[in-house]
Amino acid sequence: MAEITLRVNGVERSLSLDTRVSLLDLLREHLGLTGSKKGCDHGQCGACTVLIDGRRANACLALAVACDGLEITTVEGLADGEELHPLQAAFVECDAFQCGYCTPGQLCSAAGMLREPGPSAVTGDLTEDPALTAEEIRERMSGNLCRCGAYVNIVAAVHRVAAERAREVAGR
Amino acid sequence: MSTIGGMRRVEGREKVTGRATYAFEYAVEGAAYGHPVQAPIARGRITTIDAEAALAVPGVLAVVSSADPPPLGSVEDPELAVFQSPQVAYHGQVVAVVVAETAEIAREAAETALRIEYQAEPHDVVLRPDHPRLYAPERVNPAFPGRTEKGDVEAGLADAAYTVDQTYTTPALHNNPMEPHAAIAAWEPDGSLTVYDSTQGATAHRDTIAAVLGLRQDQVRVISRHVGGGFGSKGTPRPHVIVAAVAARAAGRPVKVALTRQQMYDMTGYRTPTIQRVRLGADEDGRLTAIDHDAVEQSSTLKEFAEQTTTPTRVMYAAPALRTTHHLVRLDVPTPSWMRAPGECPGMFALESAMDELAEAAGIDPVELRVLNEPAAEPESGRPFSSRNLVACLREGARRFGWDRRDPRPGVRREGRWLVGTGVACSTYPAYRRPSSATAVAEDGGYVVRVAAADIGTGARTVLTQIAAEALNTSPDRVRVEIGDSDLPRASLAGGSMGTASWGTAVVRACEALLKNGGQEGRADTSEEVAAGSAFARHAFGAQFAEVRVDADTGEVRVPRLLGVFAAGRIVNPVLARSQFIGGMTMGLGMALMEESFVDPRFGDFLNHDLAQYHVAACADVQDVEAVWIDEEDPYLNPMGSKGIGEIGIVGTAAAIANAVYHATGRRVRDLPITPARLLS
Amino acid sequence: MREFEYARARDGREAVALCEPGARYLGGGTNLVDLMRLGVETPARLVDVSRLPYDRIEAAPSGGGARIGAAVRNSDLAAHPVIRRRYPMLARAVLSGGSGQVRNMATVGGNLLQRTRCPYFQDVSKPCNKRHPGDGCPAIEGDHRNLAIIGHSDACVATHPSDMAVALAALDARVHVIGPGGERVVPMPGLHRLPGAEPGRDTVLEPGELITAIELPAPPPGRSVYRKVRERASFAFALVSVAALLGVDSAGVVRHCKIALGGVAHVPWRAARAEGALLGRTAGPDAYAAAADAELALARPLPRNAYKVTLARNLIVATLTELAP
Ligand SMILES: Cc1cc2nc3c(=O)[nH]c(=O)nc-3n(C[C@H](O)[C@H](O)[C@H](O)COP(=O)(O)OP(=O)(O)OC[C@H]3O[C@@H](n4cnc5c(N)ncnc54)[C@H](O)[C@@H]3O)c2cc1C
Ligand code: SF4
Ligand code: FES
Ligand code: FES
Repeated sequence: MAEITLRVNGVERSLSLDTRVSLLDLLREHLGLTGSKKGCDHGQCGACTVLIDGRRANACLALAVACDGLEITTVEGLADGEELHPLQAAFVECDAFQCGYCTPGQLCSAAGMLREPGPSAVTGDLTEDPALTAEEIRERMSGNLCRCGAYVNIVAAVHRVAAERAREVAGR
Repeated sequence: MSTIGGMRRVEGREKVTGRATYAFEYAVEGAAYGHPVQAPIARGRITTIDAEAALAVPGVLAVVSSADPPPLGSVEDPELAVFQSPQVAYHGQVVAVVVAETAEIAREAAETALRIEYQAEPHDVVLRPDHPRLYAPERVNPAFPGRTEKGDVEAGLADAAYTVDQTYTTPALHNNPMEPHAAIAAWEPDGSLTVYDSTQGATAHRDTIAAVLGLRQDQVRVISRHVGGGFGSKGTPRPHVIVAAVAARAAGRPVKVALTRQQMYDMTGYRTPTIQRVRLGADEDGRLTAIDHDAVEQSSTLKEFAEQTTTPTRVMYAAPALRTTHHLVRLDVPTPSWMRAPGECPGMFALESAMDELAEAAGIDPVELRVLNEPAAEPESGRPFSSRNLVACLREGARRFGWDRRDPRPGVRREGRWLVGTGVACSTYPAYRRPSSATAVAEDGGYVVRVAAADIGTGARTVLTQIAAEALNTSPDRVRVEIGDSDLPRASLAGGSMGTASWGTAVVRACEALLKNGGQEGRADTSEEVAAGSAFARHAFGAQFAEVRVDADTGEVRVPRLLGVFAAGRIVNPVLARSQFIGGMTMGLGMALMEESFVDPRFGDFLNHDLAQYHVAACADVQDVEAVWIDEEDPYLNPMGSKGIGEIGIVGTAAAIANAVYHATGRRVRDLPITPARLLS
Repeated sequence: MREFEYARARDGREAVALCEPGARYLGGGTNLVDLMRLGVETPARLVDVSRLPYDRIEAAPSGGGARIGAAVRNSDLAAHPVIRRRYPMLARAVLSGGSGQVRNMATVGGNLLQRTRCPYFQDVSKPCNKRHPGDGCPAIEGDHRNLAIIGHSDACVATHPSDMAVALAALDARVHVIGPGGERVVPMPGLHRLPGAEPGRDTVLEPGELITAIELPAPPPGRSVYRKVRERASFAFALVSVAALLGVDSAGVVRHCKIALGGVAHVPWRAARAEGALLGRTAGPDAYAAAADAELALARPLPRNAYKVTLARNLIVATLTELAP
């Protein structure tokens, strides 16, 4: 057993836990935050993606004890009250999901990805931060499998938000 | 009926905020965790079960196994006869469950403290075309004849100017819905049972669970509001549901069971591998003189599941001689089951690859070859089609795809590293309907429609809302549709692409009854209407086009473009329909290029049982995938005029890609998936 | 997963002291937690080294080398301006591995020590010499399509899965470790070992040794690249990969050449014969083919992975041709 304290969606939580509990099971089974999904429990599907200190990560491979003191954001923490996060709104509008099981992971992954400016495996010139083209988005979102095959719409939704952000930045 | 347009999913907000609740996520008071234990041998017998050490682990509540078989009722599906016998029928069969306070304790005790010994017997898990125990099944899934024959096939082949005689294989494939199969079972003090389940049909699951547990149907309630995909694998209850129920009884507590991804490979069904021989004959002009299509496939020793692999060939092309056959062997393997477009999907890979080979042999454009062999009536039965717009799909697809600019020669286009090619294949899927019932009630200034339908991602909840609104002549926001609960009016499965047709008919009839009865309440049961059947052959059709690039050095295949043009009756919601089509095409891309469940014959289970080894298409694989459709009015279907759309998208994709790979490289790959290893050797 | 104790070390010395027999270091956990859940790894204690002060990348002034802390996350390594500019092969190798999420979690030290993806190794219901010496190696007669073609033994035919390690092997990286016996530096290649009769040992590290940093010498002049072949376009391990650097002088003669292969051996395979065959020769497809053949003369493919020999050959030639046509 271990004592840990972490912040989840802005709320501080202190628990006494079996060291074997993953961050994902902590959220789903101990805190009742079932928005984060378990698709594989081995880092292979992305359904469990959350933001740890603002960076996307697979909650199934993070031990809860190792997250002591860290800040976790889950899909439940993306919206601002009733106001959907732009990614959430774009997912609804673009029909970027079917069964919805991969969706929380896709959303957290996309939210984290939009803050990762560096190159990806498909970037031509490594020294520049590339624009988020559809090709870049596809590569960067490949850690989130969608068996329903909603990728085309997921990319459209993420692209839409990325383009809005880019316009805002350019406008500033 | 008018087209209602692209209403977005009614549960969209719940799904993007994480509030949509899936089976394992119901907050059931006092629930314990069950971890299923699987047999590590492919055939044999359990000789000893020693649960003492497991029960001594702090936190462990119960162990259930065949050492003390839990009483069951009448079990039609032997896969559900859990813990009844010490016999092991396949590697990975469930042999025990450990229940504990936490998931961590249950799993660890199951894997290390529970001692089970086995007497292994020699096993046979390899499908071979010359297997001595092959037999011809009487019926294939669900109830088609195993064999059909019309005309003189051998004579037709002998007379042909051009022939194709090739063998195509498809590997075992796994549905792999993103949500692993899970159930929470909670017994009530009165002996009734509530199951939170992930199912494609709450009514049918309820009926089966009740029968297996020896309960009355009204003693079991199955709740399954959101389902994280199924693709057929959640169409029948899987062993873990029964395991959860008997574990909960043993523990005296509600029990949650979620299969691990690895366990799903053994316990939730899969698509049988197939070995298919297709023989085609055509005259000088390219008109088919004979079609012969045989499929060799497997089932378990527990029960016969015979995939209807060659049935699409009974529907596709005009030929004076047509024979379709199936051969099955019962092996020491888990029972195969439904996976998106069972039958059509692997069958059309073979038939449509062979048609491409015939086009090449006869020097005819592959689109034209298909147009040339368009039948006037359903080839096998002679029944008229209620509607068939395959030619229109081919023509429209060819136009959109730029097919007329295609140079037919294989292996001649190169852009840098890449060899480029295009291919076409057709798809078909039957338009089924099953009896369902529904109620419509005026409530709170709007309407509530109730039907035990399932939304596994198809958009059923949304489409039924639209259908009801239209029948009631009101706007969709005044209609609430309740589904996913066996306490609702009984309904058929989400499967066979027949959900909308089946439930929609019941919803329309219930709404009509409500309007007739003075606007308060209406009920409908479509058993009679559906049983009346039809004199028509009813199928959806499609034409699928693919562009591929093959790295000349490495054999990597990428798919820059996929286009599907479908004729599937009236499309109720274009946004959701497009998602269904492209979703199927995306799965087809995975089937073409990477999906394969591999068995090491010495062990007998699926070796690559996770998502890092069994690859499904990732985001980077899916580039420009587009689906469009032909406006099709068909009065002979159902009140909506709709055909199913959930499965047809996958049907022609693999063949279209394989044909494009041939066009790009000159290499004909007849064994899926088309990997670098295959292209380089 | 077995029960274990969790401890977080404040510095390297403390980590080494905490890492008693039966204990393991925990980096990002993306491989260790994975294998613990499968029952493959059963440590009694985890010593969390992910928050040790080894989280910096220090670059010497232009023209010099770089030192990468072992706790640097894979994504930070690939995003670092100096790495992108000076060692593009390394940035590309790292970016081609795993997913955005995995790279955010994975540390440099953990990446080097990740274990094979051999399907039998990952499934405790199967025998495996690497898990249990003496069990036998079912992969030799079984599914070895993704396993080794070079340097394997009768005891084990597994491959090392890391992409990053392939680039590091090509770049002559030096791995700094501290352990109960003090500090030492292990050169790459040389950290990983061929299976021989002891497939249980992936590397030359002693139990309890902790990786603290990777030191990269200044990159030799030339163009470099990393190419990875896989059937899925992303989020898949390599079938075969190649890290290559080629420096060609104005007369077209190869002056610098570094080649390493992934997916072919129990170690990131430094293609020394190919390099030897190219240095001092005129660059061009024929020379590349001869170099590839010189290296792959060592290959002993298994019945179901002979395609990898063709693939490796084609990939070497294509990659070098891309660098200097
Ligand atoms: C789905 C998936 C796909 C992947 N795909 C790829 C891929 O395509 N290419 C690729 O290269 N990798 C891939 N990976 C592997 C990934 O890169 C590794 O898991 C990761 O780099 C390991 O780093 P870590 O910090 O998480 O290590 P951990 O899991 O924490 O540790 C791994 C091992 O290293 C030891 N260790 C950790 N840190 C130290 C240290 N400082 N000193 C000594 N020992 C230490 C641990 O004890 C353990 O034995 C994939 C992983 C997953 C889950
Ligand atoms: S190849 Fe190595 S890791 Fe794989 S089964 Fe054989 S001994 Fe084990
Ligand atoms: S559940 Fe974590 S990646 Fe699949
Ligand atoms: S929406 Fe079903 S898996 Fe993505």
